[in-house]
Amino acid sequence: MHKVYNEIIQIAGDVITVEAKNVGYNELAEVQTQGGISLAQVIRLDGDRVSLQVLAGSRGIFTNDKVRFLKHPMQVSFSENLLGRIFTGSGEPRDNGPALEENMIDIGGPSVNPAKRIIPKNMIRTGIPMIDVFNSLVESQKLPIFSVAGEPYNPLLARIAMQAEVDMIILGGMGLKYDDYLFFRDTLEKHGALSKSILFVHTASDPTVECLLVPDMCLAVAEQFALKGKRVLVLLTDMTNFSDALKEIAITMEQIPSNRGYPGDLYSQLAKRYEKAVDFDNAGSITVLAVTTMPGDDVTHPVPDNTGYITEGQFYLKGGRIEPFGSLSRLKQQVNGDTRDDHRTIMDRMIQFYADYKETIEKKSMGFQMSGWDQKLLKYGDRFEKELMDLSVNIPLEKALDLGWEILSSTFEPSETGIKDTLIEKYWPKK
Amino acid sequence: MSDNLRKGQVIGVNGNMVSVEFTTRVMQNEVAYIIQGDERLKSEVIRVRGKRAELQVFEDTNAIKVGDCAEFSGELLSVELGPGLLGQVFDGLQNPLPRLAENYGFFLKRGVYLSALEDNQEWDFTPTVKTGDKVRSGSKVGFVPEKIFEHSIMVPFHLSGELEVVEIKDKGKYKIQDIVAKVKDVNGKTYDVGMKTVWPVKMPINAYTKKLKPTKPLVSKIRIIDTLVPVAVGGTFCTPGPFGAGKTVLQHLLSRHAEVDVVVIAACGERAGEVVEVLKTFPELMDPRTKKTLMDRTIIICNTSSMPVAARESSVYTAVTIAEYYRQMGLNVFLLADSTSRWAQAMREMSGRLEEIPGEEAFPAYLETRIASFYERAGIVQLRDGKTGSVTIGGAVSPAGGNFEEPVTQSTLKVVGAFHGLSRDRANARKYPAIDPLQSWSKYESFIDIEKVQKGVRILKRSDQVDQMMKVIGEEGTTLEDFVDYLKGDFFDSVYLQQNAFDEVDEATAADRQTYIFDIIVQIIDKKFEFQSKEEARKFFLSLRQKFINWNTKEFNSEEFKKIEKDVLDQIQVTRVAENA
Repeated sequence: MHKVYNEIIQIAGDVITVEAKNVGYNELAEVQTQGGISLAQVIRLDGDRVSLQVLAGSRGIFTNDKVRFLKHPMQVSFSENLLGRIFTGSGEPRDNGPALEENMIDIGGPSVNPAKRIIPKNMIRTGIPMIDVFNSLVESQKLPIFSVAGEPYNPLLARIAMQAEVDMIILGGMGLKYDDYLFFRDTLEKHGALSKSILFVHTASDPTVECLLVPDMCLAVAEQFALKGKRVLVLLTDMTNFSDALKEIAITMEQIPSNRGYPGDLYSQLAKRYEKAVDFDNAGSITVLAVTTMPGDDVTHPVPDNTGYITEGQFYLKGGRIEPFGSLSRLKQQVNGDTRDDHRTIMDRMIQFYADYKETIEKKSMGFQMSGWDQKLLKYGDRFEKELMDLSVNIPLEKALDLGWEILSSTFEPSETGIKDTLIEKYWPKK
Repeated sequence: MSDNLRKGQVIGVNGNMVSVEFTTRVMQNEVAYIIQGDERLKSEVIRVRGKRAELQVFEDTNAIKVGDCAEFSGELLSVELGPGLLGQVFDGLQNPLPRLAENYGFFLKRGVYLSALEDNQEWDFTPTVKTGDKVRSGSKVGFVPEKIFEHSIMVPFHLSGELEVVEIKDKGKYKIQDIVAKVKDVNGKTYDVGMKTVWPVKMPINAYTKKLKPTKPLVSKIRIIDTLVPVAVGGTFCTPGPFGAGKTVLQHLLSRHAEVDVVVIAACGERAGEVVEVLKTFPELMDPRTKKTLMDRTIIICNTSSMPVAARESSVYTAVTIAEYYRQMGLNVFLLADSTSRWAQAMREMSGRLEEIPGEEAFPAYLETRIASFYERAGIVQLRDGKTGSVTIGGAVSPAGGNFEEPVTQSTLKVVGAFHGLSRDRANARKYPAIDPLQSWSKYESFIDIEKVQKGVRILKRSDQVDQMMKVIGEEGTTLEDFVDYLKGDFFDSVYLQQNAFDEVDEATAADRQTYIFDIIVQIIDKKFEFQSKEEARKFFLSLRQKFINWNTKEFNSEEFKKIEKDVLDQIQVTRVAENA
């Protein structure tokens, strides 16, 4: 029988303090309030003083409410029964299905031994030329979408999820607007993908602390499926909300903030989650695609900045398009050599021409005269933006490469492209 | 330790900091273990107040309870040093990761520690001293063959004064844990000399006669470094840059091509994937100097970003201690730490938990001294046998927001001998290496004549000025003379300072080739060309550039190399460019 404590000596923010003995760090407890039972997690031990963050928030807690320690850390049920289900950040059903209590596993487990990792080698095809051709997504990659409020990052995330060739999808929503949550659910349902998906959703109106658990819940489950050989795609949106929740708790705990109020361990906290992306030797993999909204479109803001140092590249979503400059997939070299022999050439040359086009646009806006070459670049850039960059374009890699050749040949002479003769002979469209 | 096993009781847990109440005594920085069920969690004493000691735990602190037992070991955090380190991969506490994987599978299990040098490994020992010989700490008593060279077995570094060999084992096979010699000090006290020894990581090894001034250039085979911002053998440098600027790629290429004997890579708080790449590719790559694989001269200390933070703090010390150990054998060791910012952040996290008064951006006030004393462990030293050995340290820095005005970059710049600043603009323009030639500096000398180097620097500055000017007044308003200067600088940058990291030949340029090519570059910079128009000048340099880039990919002094060389020289000789050029 677990001992029950009913003297809460401090309530600050969502953190309560009780005096208790024999409590483990990170252990879970139940707080019985008039509104029902809420989980709470131990975040500091100081003598007999135990501080807990209450997942449902501290509002409505009486100082004599009952606190019962559960003798285990935060856990989540793991089985095939999770598929098709929707949960809250603390693992409670958000759909009308039953609560799952079988085969509980700890969340936030240890990290993978680097010696057991392998070099990733499989490309994930998305049907989006700006990704497939220019910044290929690779299985086991961790990649954020840097964006600002108002951009269609959630539809982009959903689209990649629908088209990516993976075994299952785990969606972690943090501070999600309720309609965005419905959007994800409906999209998955419409495409018949809900049955291979698991959703952990914390909406903007849910208690902050639950937000903190979402990535760990998703990744703990993903890890178990990956160990069983599944290729799992984890979608996390939005990691800036997660970081803000970290900030909130850190300030409540009177930690010294390091940069714009964020705790000094922001980097480690983010890395601990992102580094769960892995390709297991002889088993499955976890690929993490996350959204990081940049407050004020500022990439030097602590959240995108720390993220950029952790992840293997980033996609910039700006003006409804994936920007070719600044976007980077650090792992693309691992895969784009084995797709088609013109892949790398098309990737390099088309981007260089697009950069030249941007310069020409600048010159044009400053009133400089346009030469014949400039005219060609203008024509090229226009087609490039409309036919390849536009997010509505949905074609397989090979088609996108062919289209690339077509665009090049409609504007330039072969000798102007600086492309090797052998490739020109093989791919230049014959008129 | 004379006193019985000293114990304490956990009285608080806050993240990876655990407070312990003790009864007898504790030593600052000693290693302690927190007993958690059947797990023993390694930790280090970092502060003592009254009868309360604060410990940083090198593991996850889940489930630790108030009242749990802590055992103090009486030892400082130390590493094992001996034959068998080369080619190994360790975590920040020197646990061998491949052996952990063999025993425990995919995940890093908490509280499991394996000895760095596995017991019972046998080595062929050859003695080099005899009984009665006079020795000192660090003196060689014999050697064993280790991969690429003869590994010296040395008198323990902590002994002082003159010692006498009283016992030495014969030539033969010995195990790593065996004692191979005994020495006696002036008071008649004898000490064992083992195949392996231990040394506390936070103390520099001082068993040498004197420290020398680093003057000899270290050949990195990266042209922009060797020519403009060189590094000396035994020197220090730092590479700050925003994310995506290519710090890690640069460090990997340095670790592959630098002309040194041993490379220690400290992957500190960075991506695991990057370490995996080194792990899987180095055993396949040949080191042209030894004709063995690159892995045979490399040691990796890897504490990636998701591994416990406190061990990240110790990982750079583990790495530098191993580097110093190989230096004691008269070798040139190259330590690459990626990234020192993560190490500084680990200090910041701990300082925050200790509730110390924060300095700038919440970094602790002692940040500067810690960084300084780390880089001070680099150097070239004269050993007791007259030979020299060196440790060269290169640290990557990841400044927040790519802004070099932050505390870690600034503290580092004060103590290093060379600064290789990576620029976001150069990286975005796909210029590799993205080292900014105008912003970076070095206090060391290049193997290329200083006057020639200055010509290169001058034209870069001039070119940059003209470029800035042209942005305002357009190409039309620029004089032909200025425009040619601009083209010269741009040419120098694109054919010499930039290298193609994906080309087998161009990715590394040896010293003789650099000297040779740079002479031709200087000729071009010096030459007064007589062009009719800007268009003509641009054409001339574009075609010269194409030739040069092609030339860069040809083996030095090969037939093709000579052919293109003639072509290049011919073009430079012609002062006027023909219409059809």
